[in-house]
Amino acid sequence: MKSTVLFATGAALALTTFSAQADTLRLLTWGGYAPEDVVAKFEAETGHTVEVTKSNNEEMVAKLRATNGGGFDLAQPSQDRIAGAQAEFGIYKPLDMSKIDTSQFIPSMLTATKGNTMVDGEVYGVPHVWGTSGLVVNTAMAGQVQDYMDLCDPSVAGKVSYRLKRPTLIGFAFSMGMDPFAAYADADAYQAILDKVEAQLIDCKSNVKTYWGGGDEIKNLLRSGEVTASMAWDTGGWQLNDDNADITFVAPKAGALGWIDTFAMPARGRADDAAYAWINFVMQPEIAAMITTAAGNFTASQGGDAGVADALKAKYQASFPQEAIDNIKWYPAVPAGLEALEGATLDRINAAK
Amino acid sequence: MASDKSRLGLILLMAPLAIWLMTLIVLPHVGMFLVSLQEKVGIRQYETSLANYAVFFNEPLYWNTFARTAYMSITATVLTLLIGFPVAYYIAKLTRGRTKTTLFLMCLIPFWVSELVRTFGWMILLRETGVLSSFLQYIGVLAGPVEFLYNDAAIMTGLVYTSMLFMVVPLVTTLDSLDDSLIEAGYDLGGSSFSILREIVIPHAMPGIVSGCIVVFMLSLGNYLTPILLGGKDSLWFTGLIYDQFITRFNWELGSAFGFLLLGLSSLIVFLALKLSGQSLGKTMGR
Repeated sequence: MKSTVLFATGAALALTTFSAQADTLRLLTWGGYAPEDVVAKFEAETGHTVEVTKSNNEEMVAKLRATNGGGFDLAQPSQDRIAGAQAEFGIYKPLDMSKIDTSQFIPSMLTATKGNTMVDGEVYGVPHVWGTSGLVVNTAMAGQVQDYMDLCDPSVAGKVSYRLKRPTLIGFAFSMGMDPFAAYADADAYQAILDKVEAQLIDCKSNVKTYWGGGDEIKNLLRSGEVTASMAWDTGGWQLNDDNADITFVAPKAGALGWIDTFAMPARGRADDAAYAWINFVMQPEIAAMITTAAGNFTASQGGDAGVADALKAKYQASFPQEAIDNIKWYPAVPAGLEALEGATLDRINAAK
Repeated sequence: MASDKSRLGLILLMAPLAIWLMTLIVLPHVGMFLVSLQEKVGIRQYETSLANYAVFFNEPLYWNTFARTAYMSITATVLTLLIGFPVAYYIAKLTRGRTKTTLFLMCLIPFWVSELVRTFGWMILLRETGVLSSFLQYIGVLAGPVEFLYNDAAIMTGLVYTSMLFMVVPLVTTLDSLDDSLIEAGYDLGGSSFSILREIVIPHAMPGIVSGCIVVFMLSLGNYLTPILLGGKDSLWFTGLIYDQFITRFNWELGSAFGFLLLGLSSLIVFLALKLSGQSLGKTMGR
């Protein structure tokens, strides 16, 4: 009898230690944020296994909404897309900051992200990778393109591409001399801005070759020369620069749009310990440098840029002189419901001839 | 006793079909219908109303998109029939044995790769720096590169190509069952090729034509990849709108309403087409 009890306790103990040691971390992230060498190192060090699913901001919300925040243990939405989605659908759970090694983060970025992802006094996100979107231009063929509005110039007619998504609306609004971020809280003022941008983008439609959907699509269009001026991410421009020295990222005069992708925990995630372990692991400076090398974007890791190759740093400095960095427009948190207004505007632009 | 047994057998045989229909078709539709009746009035606040359906009829944009999708799908169906009928007739009536199998297989082979790959194939052919543009420049027809992609003609090409098989297969099956002696008798009685086609071949093939047309129309209407990838900036398609509502706008309520409207309106179009052509669904499927 006694031996049975002992055996049962032993088995139970073995089971609990087993599950604490070897969880499966289901990570919902962007391409390049969980490179294979980093995953292998993490698995060897902690015993957890990592399943990576690549996605984008809208899909992350849609996937988590479909399961009420289940199916994944850690997600990486942009910092401005957390508070609204949380208020509307309740798909995340608050972070336990005591389990995160905050000394590894760049303090200003951590504070800003915590503030932007705060709902009812709880923090829902910590920063990971940041970057900007602006213009990717073939300087030999369309060197005159310096701002979002220049994409509508007749000199680049039929050679332009941008996404039909909210960053395009925001970028053009800034370029037209308005401040959409200041109008976030006021639906009527924001609608007025959207109406002006809508008229501009419908007018501009004949200039556009096609609206791009994925990063590979726009790189392909630029590489073949079918498109010479586009609105895209900074890393895309720097990667193309390796193949063709004429193509590079240009910080627009109206300001590049700055985003920070975060770590947020889905409400019904199971492997919380593995998730916290992953956050603390990838924020180490040497691991952060590996991710920067793979993704092309810098991280919020304190000292994480030290181990990055000089070539990437040089491109970053060429695209971003100090005044361009000061001019970056960081996305504030998107209030719930704003995206419905933008959606109707985008539908009308898409339908226009 | 015996009848009890046979009833049990019937129930058991029907069970897989019934479970399939209930769990994968009926229940999701009921759920989607309930979602489509929810009107969002605030953050996490919903009211039951028909507001989402009203949006479709009040906003000309959505209504026009549906009309365009239906119009393009009908055109694609007609084109597929015009191209598919001679192909099917040739395979069914003018070839025998091995040649027949080979030709039939050649219609099938493009469907061994996924629709995505086939669509990308068309993109490689039609793009500005693509095969067709380069070839026409090489032989001197064109002076500079021309963009063949991102217009309605490209969408139409993709749609017809994608649905060709679904027209050819039912046509070959019905034409196969047409006795050759009937055609010979037609010639013996002094009929011309055209009158034999009109009086003998087409009436016999009608069930195949109708079922092929229904399948191709529904496939085109519900297609998502081909119009989006080949149509570029002018690729407005109703299924694309539904996808946008669900995935990028987080507006499941409107997306569900659109889904039901698509189901209802496409069924209505098929019903009208059957009435106009004097066919019935039972007659078509029964033969």
